[in-house]
Amino acid sequence: MTPTVAGIAFIASLVVALAVVHRPLGDYMYRVYTGSGHLAVERVIYRLIGVRPDAEQRWTVYARSVLAFSAVSILFLYAFQRLQDKLFLSLGFGPVSDHIAWNTAVSFVTNTNWQAYSGESTMGHLVQMAGLAVQNFVSAAVGMAVAIALVRGFARRRTDELGNFWVDLVRGSLRVLLPIAFVGALVLVAGGLVQNFADPYTVPTPAGGHQTITGGPVASQEIIKELGTNGGGFYNANAAHPFENATSWTNWIEIFAILLIPFALPRTFGRMVGDKRQGYAILAVMGVLALASVSVLTALELAHGGTVPQAVGAAMEGKEVRFGVANSGTFGAATTLTSTGAVDSFHDSYTALGGMITMVNMMLGEVAPGGVGSGLYGMLIFAVITVFVAGLMVGRTPEYLGKKIGAREIKLASMYFLVTPALVLIGTALAMATPEQRASMLNGGPHGLSEVLYAFTSASNNNGSAFAGLTVNTPWYDTALGLCMAIGRFLPIVFVLALAGSLARQAPTPSSAGTLPTHRPQFVGMVVGVTVVLVALTFLPALALGPLAEGIH
Amino acid sequence: MERLPGWIRRHIAAIRALLVLTAVLGAVYPLAVTGVAQALLGDHADGSPVEKDGTVVGSALIGQSFTTADGAPIRKYFQSRPSAAGDGYDPTASGASNLGPEDVLDVLAVPGAKNAQGEPDTGKQSLLTRVCARSRAAGELEGVSGARPYCTADGVGAVLKVFPAVGAPTRVVSANQACPAVPFAAEYRGVKVECARPGEDLAAGRTVPVRGAARAVVPADAVTASGSGLDPHISVAYAELQAPRVAKERGVSLDRVKRLIADNTTGRALGFMGEPAVNVLTLNLALDAPDKG
Repeated sequence: MTPTVAGIAFIASLVVALAVVHRPLGDYMYRVYTGSGHLAVERVIYRLIGVRPDAEQRWTVYARSVLAFSAVSILFLYAFQRLQDKLFLSLGFGPVSDHIAWNTAVSFVTNTNWQAYSGESTMGHLVQMAGLAVQNFVSAAVGMAVAIALVRGFARRRTDELGNFWVDLVRGSLRVLLPIAFVGALVLVAGGLVQNFADPYTVPTPAGGHQTITGGPVASQEIIKELGTNGGGFYNANAAHPFENATSWTNWIEIFAILLIPFALPRTFGRMVGDKRQGYAILAVMGVLALASVSVLTALELAHGGTVPQAVGAAMEGKEVRFGVANSGTFGAATTLTSTGAVDSFHDSYTALGGMITMVNMMLGEVAPGGVGSGLYGMLIFAVITVFVAGLMVGRTPEYLGKKIGAREIKLASMYFLVTPALVLIGTALAMATPEQRASMLNGGPHGLSEVLYAFTSASNNNGSAFAGLTVNTPWYDTALGLCMAIGRFLPIVFVLALAGSLARQAPTPSSAGTLPTHRPQFVGMVVGVTVVLVALTFLPALALGPLAEGIH
Repeated sequence: MERLPGWIRRHIAAIRALLVLTAVLGAVYPLAVTGVAQALLGDHADGSPVEKDGTVVGSALIGQSFTTADGAPIRKYFQSRPSAAGDGYDPTASGASNLGPEDVLDVLAVPGAKNAQGEPDTGKQSLLTRVCARSRAAGELEGVSGARPYCTADGVGAVLKVFPAVGAPTRVVSANQACPAVPFAAEYRGVKVECARPGEDLAAGRTVPVRGAARAVVPADAVTASGSGLDPHISVAYAELQAPRVAKERGVSLDRVKRLIADNTTGRALGFMGEPAVNVLTLNLALDAPDKG
């Protein structure tokens, strides 16, 4: 079997596995978020938190709860890192410096998991396990909660109530993420991932030197980092590190975990709005964009364009032998199509155009399929914009799922869309305008601009992967990227919840002959088109100066 | 509690929620996974250690350097890939080079100059030159041609700087070949090619990498650094290239070396995942072990 054929089989096997699993998992999540009963352990937790689980919240209260929980999480994580040397299992590492601690706290709470630090030389086991990994669960559960609240906005009528954030948070964490993570972690250990609390120890090597072998609770963190589309690695090398990703089949499992929940949520959405076909339409949009991106990226990496890849004879710089070029490309596409940002190969050394695809994936707003929760609400925003554009063409007030998309709704959707491009482009411009920030680039020429553009794209879209050559652990970058992550996460969430509140208040509009059907291939094609056109119009000038200039001579 | 303003109550609930969830997800969950993993899969969970003569000498998953203290390859051992982790295969500093596909211009060392730390200026090698130098060194070690496209015979990137950037050339410099080296090409479009003077700013020129006619014998993984810097594997092609040298150094038959390569090769999982890979550490340990047959 040639590497190309094997690479295609790898992608095909993922498609088949996701097609099989998305229905039962989507149905399960539907029951989790709509069921009225509470597990015994959940009742205990609600009592400890001090909330009444059956009390419904208006959108303003829901949003304030999201923000309160996230603010508390950032402060807690910041303090945890600053005080790690006073706690146990610190491995002797000192307190994390203030700007890195701020950046990391924001990064993990916003589901970004941008890493300005090197795990193996900065974070002790306790911070990794009880600080960072906890946010891997709850930041993912927050994303799902917000998506479910938006879906309730479409599904409910003439009400102020969007559900209860604390219930959605606890159920998402305990009933969805935890069981899958537990099983997945053990599967990964079977593949060779480490799971212990050992201090690093030094061994004599056969060649007569010494090597320090590291340990840690890696597998339990690795699985939730992929499943929750977080991406923050236990080690600096992330999922390229053999202790994080030991074999070619753990690589498959990790990609599968990344895509699992985002591709199952459209099913949940379809069930909740009472029309499975609507879920399939959204799934089809995600699937078309994702498959196109994965195929193009894998093909570009296999074709190894560019001077160094041509000299080498393969795009092998920054890639592991056990994964090979094709599967590394597939991972690179999956991680940037979602908000994951884990890497099993280093994007900075990809071919120029292959690296551009990873950026375009993030610039799409990470909607195909996107992060857990954030992918679904991002895609629903694009669907709202699409029915608006279609409504403009025929000159009538657009509707989506029986709800009128009026001035207030479209304003919220537009502001949602504008937040991240503004952060990306202004942030990149500021960095490029100041000599000290330009000095952080590792590579010169267009590739240097790509490094900076990638950093702001990744942070603002809460991805967390990097063109890792850029030196980002400086106070300026830590602060600026931290702000991009926070604004890029929470401002859109507020707009989404406001939209949900506005939709839930409406009485449903009966569909008429003039209503655009939103479950047909025609609509799928329109959403794909609107998504691609909006993103291309926004980012093409910046891409032309970076990867396009580098890749096309 | 009930008389507190809503926003304070909300933040108190948030703190309590975070603490409860930290207990469940940050303590119970990882400890439970560790307990089960250690009980059922202790060897894996502890990092797949490998032993030689009863002493742990590494992990089957973490690559090692098989070089002397000053970096020269030990000829009786199979060599691992180049590594960007610390000084090479340092698990406390995992990582990649992060150099881009068009990183082709070296910063040449200026003789006599000092860097900011007062050490002699060493310049900075481009990714292309690193590839060319590794290819040349591997070729020499294995007794085969180390030539590659875009590489000069002396093992640096074959890159011209052409002036002016637009229009007919009037001056051409071989950017990575410091004087007094002989440029890899005598002339470019009728203009004589000069060697590069270290310290001269060539940024204004047009960058022209020159492919040349060479075909690479040394495999791709032998000239590139991995993503982790800890890649335990090499390709089957690179192992087969090294086999004759190792057999000769050890005075064993090539057949035995090839059999051990096959023993230490992992194929594609399920026939289509990843690429076939040879574990360098376990292969070298098998060579060191007494022949059992």
